[in-house]
Amino acid sequence: MFKIVSKQKIAPKEFDMWVEAPRIASHAKAGQFVVLRVNETGERIPLTIADHCEEKGQIRLVFQVVGKSTAALSRLEPGDAILDISGPLGTPSEVEKYGTVLMVGGGVGIAALYPIIKALKLQGNKVITILGGRTSSLVVMKEECAKYSDELIVTTDDGSEGMKGVVTDAMKLVIERGEKVDRCWCIGPSIMMKFGTKAAKELGLPIWVSLNPLMVDGTGMCGCCRVTVDGKIFFACVDGPEFDGHKVNWDEFMSRMRQYKDEEKISMDKYIEEVGEETWL
Amino acid sequence: MAVTFSKWKTPIKEQDPEIRRSNFGEVCLGYTLEEGRTEAGRCLQCKTKPCVAGCPVKIDIPAFIKCIKEGDMAGAAAIMDQYTNLPAVCGRVCPQESQCEGKCTVGKMKDFEPVAIGKLERLVADWKYAQENMEAKPYEGEKKGRVAVVGSGPSSLTVAGDLAKMGYEVKIFEALHAAGGVLIYGIPEFRLPKKIVKMEIEAMQKLGVDIETNVVVGKTITMQEIMQEYDACYIAVGAGAPHFQGVPGTTLNGVYSASEYLTRINLMHGYEFPKFDTPAKKAHKVVVIGGGNVAMDAARSAKRLGAEEVTVVYRRSLAELPARIEEYHHAVEEGIVFNWLTNPTEYVDDGNGSLKGVKCIKMELGEPDASGRRRPVPVEGSEFFIEADCAIEAIGQGSNKVLLSTFPEMKLNKWGYIEADPVTGATSVPGVFAGGDIVTGAATVILAMGAGKEAAVAIDKYITEKKAAK
Repeated sequence: MFKIVSKQKIAPKEFDMWVEAPRIASHAKAGQFVVLRVNETGERIPLTIADHCEEKGQIRLVFQVVGKSTAALSRLEPGDAILDISGPLGTPSEVEKYGTVLMVGGGVGIAALYPIIKALKLQGNKVITILGGRTSSLVVMKEECAKYSDELIVTTDDGSEGMKGVVTDAMKLVIERGEKVDRCWCIGPSIMMKFGTKAAKELGLPIWVSLNPLMVDGTGMCGCCRVTVDGKIFFACVDGPEFDGHKVNWDEFMSRMRQYKDEEKISMDKYIEEVGEETWL
Repeated sequence: MAVTFSKWKTPIKEQDPEIRRSNFGEVCLGYTLEEGRTEAGRCLQCKTKPCVAGCPVKIDIPAFIKCIKEGDMAGAAAIMDQYTNLPAVCGRVCPQESQCEGKCTVGKMKDFEPVAIGKLERLVADWKYAQENMEAKPYEGEKKGRVAVVGSGPSSLTVAGDLAKMGYEVKIFEALHAAGGVLIYGIPEFRLPKKIVKMEIEAMQKLGVDIETNVVVGKTITMQEIMQEYDACYIAVGAGAPHFQGVPGTTLNGVYSASEYLTRINLMHGYEFPKFDTPAKKAHKVVVIGGGNVAMDAARSAKRLGAEEVTVVYRRSLAELPARIEEYHHAVEEGIVFNWLTNPTEYVDDGNGSLKGVKCIKMELGEPDASGRRRPVPVEGSEFFIEADCAIEAIGQGSNKVLLSTFPEMKLNKWGYIEADPVTGATSVPGVFAGGDIVTGAATVILAMGAGKEAAVAIDKYITEKKAAK
């Protein structure tokens, strides 16, 4: 059992938790994730490790409610426990001194981007961060990302904060003003990563993305999370989750994400019937 | 007493195929005590005991059968306990036809069937678990050392049980949330009910074996840390990386590895969706590729999930089928269709990223290959199409690199499995032993158990000698 230490709602449908998991906290590195199961009848779902504290033996999970499992997780309170957490899983990010890095994030992907930003800054890179969202309240973890960034640019579709537009507009702006970027990361919804990659190609930037396909065991055993990269099949849980964005087959990736749409809806509808209106979200 | 020595095995009750094809309840219902005594009476108690030689864990088979015949079930259970920690599992999933029963003297007589040793083993185990106060007593006295076991499948459970009985403090690390390895995620409920596996694991915990789940060794804890904390370590993580044939369309929705398909159903209770949250797709027309027990399990599971048509596609013929013949017969009874000498060449897209069917080609058997079996060769121009919304590849597994990639000191063979002494399980790293599928490649439960048994002896010897040298 993994006890929840704190919980905070940081945006509509988005939650931030610290959880006791000493073994994981002492081995976690930027770019890794856990697979958790909320309760006995729950699914095994992958979530990024947004931060960890080895001294306290805790890990931080920032997640968005997208279906029944994340909804059930979001209803747990400090003092409650998550039944199973396995990790840290996946290959850590390649954190080195590159020079200047451009870090692009959106939605709950910001939680996955943040530990990489932190690690890259601690390696001495110049970090330029672009965080985007539909509207201001959806752009989370701004202060923390800013703390480890030399520059933070916020973009919103509606112009409620920062630059009006999308993250790719800001990417172009940074390059146009003459910034020499050595490496780029883009983590967010699949469609954002796809277009972020397209922009990076036009701008001539190497780009790394973090894929979040469906998974079951998370240890390379089932092959559910297979993705095509450079024409070859890889398992995101062990070979990833980070891949060279230019080589990812995005259309296939997005199609595989929709595989259980009908079942996910059945699950969620049944859950809402049990717990009532989604007022807490 | 009139001797009624039947040529044939005492029939065993099974769920009717018409009924069982839509439920996950166990197919074979087991002998009653009376039926067991009748079957035990067929054992000749021959002096040569070829059955024992055929058993990888060398159970004294005639001895426990004699007890059953005499109605001494406790005696039978006590004999079995000396040799195996998983009798209820073995009685259900061992390939007895090629092991103990394959060697049985009765079976060698013209027109005689061998004694149903597997079913008798199951009878004794089920009887034992139905009794109270039948579990083995934990070792009392000072512990002889600490051993870590990586993985909790049949090989690990065997080594752990034996070492605990010898007086060691044993800790099992399991990556998933439930112990049992392939017995839990791989073998379906209708062949091996999970409550049976859980009972055997609980029995082991009562012996003092400690199991920690959710620990992915190499990630959650490193081998270096384990080697500092324990006197020895046994690695039996199985061969858990699914192979794909790599034909076009492998990433289409509706194409699965058998590992994913069976894990969703067995470990995650996908057949009970939405009571359990993990869905298992309810497909209409299913094609299963492969001919082993895993392929049979996947095909029969698909049927139970409600598929109207389930076709097994196997590139050789029935004569070469690697699956247990009992499971093949069960599959046929349940309406599974077999396409012999056939191989898939492409998974066809319905235009929306989902599977619409499998293009196949007929094969013929050519010269024998390295495995000694005749190599299947495609017959030119024989392509045909099978409509399907689900395809499951059950063509075997490779070694999983999660642990091994973090442990470069460990010497691997050319297939990526751990190089270990075939008898003791000793590896290139002193104090680290290995066994089961991660050494041999995908094999059987009982062979993995056999490796665990021998490794327990070797680990005891290693630790005793190491401590004596200090």
